[in-house]
Amino acid sequence: MSFWADPYRFLLELLYGLLIGWGLPASWAQFVLFLIGAFALGTAALLLVVFLIWVERKVVARIQDRLGPNRVGPWGIFQTIADIGKIFTKEFITPVGADWLLYNLAPILSVGAVLMLWAVIPLTMTLYGVNLNVAVLYIIAVGELGEMAVILAGWGSNNKYAVLAAFRAVAQLISYEVPLVVTLLIPVMFAGSMGLNDIVQAQSVWFIFLAPMTALIFFIVSIAEVGRAPFDLVEAESELVSGFNIEYSGLKFGFFFVADFLHAFTIALLFATLFLGGWRGPGAAQYPMLGFVYLMIKTSVVYFIVILLRASLPRFRIDQMMNLNWKLLTPLSMAVLILTALLDKLIPSSQPFIRVIGMVVMNVIILLVLNEILKLVETRRPRPVVAPVVRPVARLPQTPSMQNESGTSL
Amino acid sequence: MSATQVIFLVTAGVTLGAAVMTVSARKMMHAALWLVLALTGIAVLFVLLQSSFFAVAQVLIYIGAIAILIIFSVMLTRRIVQEQYPSVNRFWWVAILLALMVFIGLAVTLSSWRGLYPDRQAVNEHPEDIAALGLALVDPAGFVIPFEVASLLLLAALVGAIFIAIERKGGRR
Repeated sequence: MSFWADPYRFLLELLYGLLIGWGLPASWAQFVLFLIGAFALGTAALLLVVFLIWVERKVVARIQDRLGPNRVGPWGIFQTIADIGKIFTKEFITPVGADWLLYNLAPILSVGAVLMLWAVIPLTMTLYGVNLNVAVLYIIAVGELGEMAVILAGWGSNNKYAVLAAFRAVAQLISYEVPLVVTLLIPVMFAGSMGLNDIVQAQSVWFIFLAPMTALIFFIVSIAEVGRAPFDLVEAESELVSGFNIEYSGLKFGFFFVADFLHAFTIALLFATLFLGGWRGPGAAQYPMLGFVYLMIKTSVVYFIVILLRASLPRFRIDQMMNLNWKLLTPLSMAVLILTALLDKLIPSSQPFIRVIGMVVMNVIILLVLNEILKLVETRRPRPVVAPVVRPVARLPQTPSMQNESGTSL
Repeated sequence: MSATQVIFLVTAGVTLGAAVMTVSARKMMHAALWLVLALTGIAVLFVLLQSSFFAVAQVLIYIGAIAILIIFSVMLTRRIVQEQYPSVNRFWWVAILLALMVFIGLAVTLSSWRGLYPDRQAVNEHPEDIAALGLALVDPAGFVIPFEVASLLLLAALVGAIFIAIERKGGRR
């Protein structure tokens, strides 16, 4: 096997041969390779964040008619590196009364939960951490470790606002998990497997064409699941004095920050893998590295939309967000799941063209029916009446002292 | 010793230690978190048995749902978060007796199990088949009755939870 056809496999076999040549038993050689692979993948993902932070700041700045970072390096590209230098020099603060171990464990767990997602995503046909046969379940399970990090951060920092924010954040994450799980079932159903590489290989027709509504619901829900605008109640500065991470500073806050940015990119990566065909593209089967390029292009498009949404939408209120989830997204995703499953059985998969047309028509019908129902609900909703209310003020207008004052002065 | 054996020993040690700490920790919150660590250890053991479905289900159900529920109930219980209580009451010897009996029962049962002896066979010769599991759960010859009964129970629990939590109109509580 030559280097240029598949550099990853080439390096893997080279290293394995080297380790065996040094007299290492096969099981230990395998173990060392896993360690190196995990280290390389984690480091690559974390280094990517340096770039992502710059991209996001720059794009959001352009949307808001600003310049964004433009001092350090060309186009301000080294701004994040300067920020990292600053964050490293800050003091490690553990607040009084905080639970030392849990307080310091939470940021690490938060980053770890995101990095663990990268272990199952196939970056090319041959390059993946592990081809887990239950990868879709694994994604949900790892997401729950992220919730655990939020709870630990909120409780460990001995601050009532942090605890309140952690409750709210976990309530949000748990609620949005329901439609997330239901929508994840549809790619699994189409591919007949829970492994992500199998799902990618099954997408001779991208699943976004087979299930556009599902893709839309998954996109909305995954944004809520990572807690980004318009669902960024997890860190609502204006309401919860910054949220569960209020007591964190310096590098420890940086961990949460990195986890947040990396999570946003990771959901874009997951969306591209599940619905946009992953690494598939012309020539990707012969030259696996080409697949990586395709995957990154698709991911960048999705990531750009995520940033665009963040820059252009205001934040939801907590009750609006919960209503959206429980009264709209959950029933909708279940209806879509049942209808898609029925139609998938009715149309034989041997005719991909008819299958796509049927699925798209069904999704459009669902969208139209949903629109009518929402219109009906909106017209029947009781309108809140805005009436002038008597608000308590510091001093009422007709107190004796004020009359006296005005009487003497005028 | 192979890498798998080392990982197994470390994981087993951590799991047992965490289990002991779960029952001996003075703070309720710490006990709940030690329980999470012990359950994670079990998940790692499932991974070592090459049973990734059970490992993921373990994390999903026990850590993601049950442990978070326990932590929530501990956090929402007043004063229990801060104060330290003695971790035993006067019936501690009953608990020890029961645990010992269960342990002896398990040990006796396992000692007659073929898999414990050197001429053991692989537990999992085929890569696990989730499709077979799914079919068994809805197969009339398989486990469809227990499956349906369990889902009925969960539905009843769901309805009950909504009934308790619902805000009744007219201020009637």
